[in-house]
Amino acid sequence: MEKMREKTKTLLPDHVPVKIRVRNLNFYYGKFQALFDNNVDIAERQVTAFIGPSGCGKSTHIRTYNRMFSLYPDQRATGEIIMDGQNILGDDVDLIELRTRVGMVFQKPTPFPMSIFDNVAYGIKLKAKLPKNELEARVEEALKGAALWDEVKDHLHALGTDLSGGQQQRLCIARAIAVEPEVILMDEPCSALDPVATYKVEELIDRLKERFTIVIVTHNMQQAARVSNYTAFFYLGRCVEFGPTEKIFTAPSEKETEDYITGRFG
Amino acid sequence: MKKRSPTLRKAKNLLALLSAGLSAAIGIFFLIWILWEITDKGISSINWEFFTELPTPPGEPGGGLGNAILGSVIITLIATLLGVPIGVLAGTYLAEFGHGKFGGLIRFITNTFVSAPSIVVGVFVYAIMVVPMKNFSGLAGGVSLGIIMLPVVTRTTEEILRLVPVGLREAALALGAPYWKMIVSIVYRAARTGMITGIILAVARVSGETAPLLFTALNSPYWPSGLTEPMANLTVTIFNYAMSPYEDWQAKAWGGAFLITIAILALNIFSRFLAQRGTKG
Repeated sequence: MEKMREKTKTLLPDHVPVKIRVRNLNFYYGKFQALFDNNVDIAERQVTAFIGPSGCGKSTHIRTYNRMFSLYPDQRATGEIIMDGQNILGDDVDLIELRTRVGMVFQKPTPFPMSIFDNVAYGIKLKAKLPKNELEARVEEALKGAALWDEVKDHLHALGTDLSGGQQQRLCIARAIAVEPEVILMDEPCSALDPVATYKVEELIDRLKERFTIVIVTHNMQQAARVSNYTAFFYLGRCVEFGPTEKIFTAPSEKETEDYITGRFG
Repeated sequence: MKKRSPTLRKAKNLLALLSAGLSAAIGIFFLIWILWEITDKGISSINWEFFTELPTPPGEPGGGLGNAILGSVIITLIATLLGVPIGVLAGTYLAEFGHGKFGGLIRFITNTFVSAPSIVVGVFVYAIMVVPMKNFSGLAGGVSLGIIMLPVVTRTTEEILRLVPVGLREAALALGAPYWKMIVSIVYRAARTGMITGIILAVARVSGETAPLLFTALNSPYWPSGLTEPMANLTVTIFNYAMSPYEDWQAKAWGGAFLITIAILALNIFSRFLAQRGTKG
């Protein structure tokens, strides 16, 4: 009975607008099923965190939102991921258009082997050919948005790969926001960073949610508690519990969630 | 447990070190001997005329191998124009899309061809080009060297492209880049140094080939006048002149051997320089 209600009604409070609605998402690596009937609602312009032990499927789940998995022929997803009324799992979805709307930041920083400026300009140039001064303005805006501008403004033509790890990750965030997506996916964006760099990225996430819908995968529970408005707890490929972050961390309704957040396993 | 004598262990260690060191020394000794011999006998033939003049009949002083040097450059250029683009594209196919049976077949054939004797390629091009055209030609020479280059370039390209991290590809695609654009603007750029190094080494490899040219470009005492004519080239000239009974021709053969050795050495050093610069960037 409870399950039926979840499928049709929103999992969020009634007044919260939903950006992405996930229903009965199943995912397969070849014959191996990695996700089982996941139901999640992603609130617009809020931060949603996915937590859970390693191998629980949280990264697999997030990679369906921009159809990254479609790159690999043996991976497939069933169910529904409705974004703005369209099921993005449909065969007719234009992946290039989808990915300009749903940006992604990866676990390991992935600067392109080109200058800082060209890294940020790369995505912008894919979408439109802008005059030089407009392009420069967009790059500056994106670098400011990613809180990196002050550190790199004097050497924009140095290689992006020569930056420190934390700077590289903010460069990747700048690159993602430069194309002005609606949603930004972050797959453990701080796991390769030191505490200071992590703090900077977290602070940045807090500011970015005013403009973007953010989904972040993390296995750092304190981070989820610090940055997110909503939290989904994944375990063994199932979305065990989903709700406001405060509730998940203070009064979880599922035993497994409680065991995980109190550190009994994971 | 039986206690081993440290003296015995040290002696064994010394013996292993000595035999490995000696083997290395023998190898290097012969290399240096070859270089020394070629330099000693060849360097005296190198002068301005050597690069600019046609060869003279035996007994007549002066002259050079200008036509053969130019011919070799032209033939290598044709080979490069043929082997590099096809090889790079084929390598790209294998690295990016060649996961199925067809890719496996191409990979197997490529690996087989890398070790195919070059004289076989020479005979093949003789049959498909020289016989129907009823003429030996520089073009046929270039084609045969291009065919020898092709599998080498294909294989290096595939290996280098596979080294580009998956994360970099996914990052470009996640920004909404079309697949082909991701390959051209990100993967090629990341692999650029390695690819250029591989191409230079492939050029160096074919520029010393002789056997396939005997069947295709043949040789000529004149300046290259057209791609469909027999074309002078360094390696066949070295072969002919070294076998001749005339001392001044033999001297020119040494000069040619010296020149070609230096050129290949220079290409190798240049590619190492590029590779080193690439790892820094």
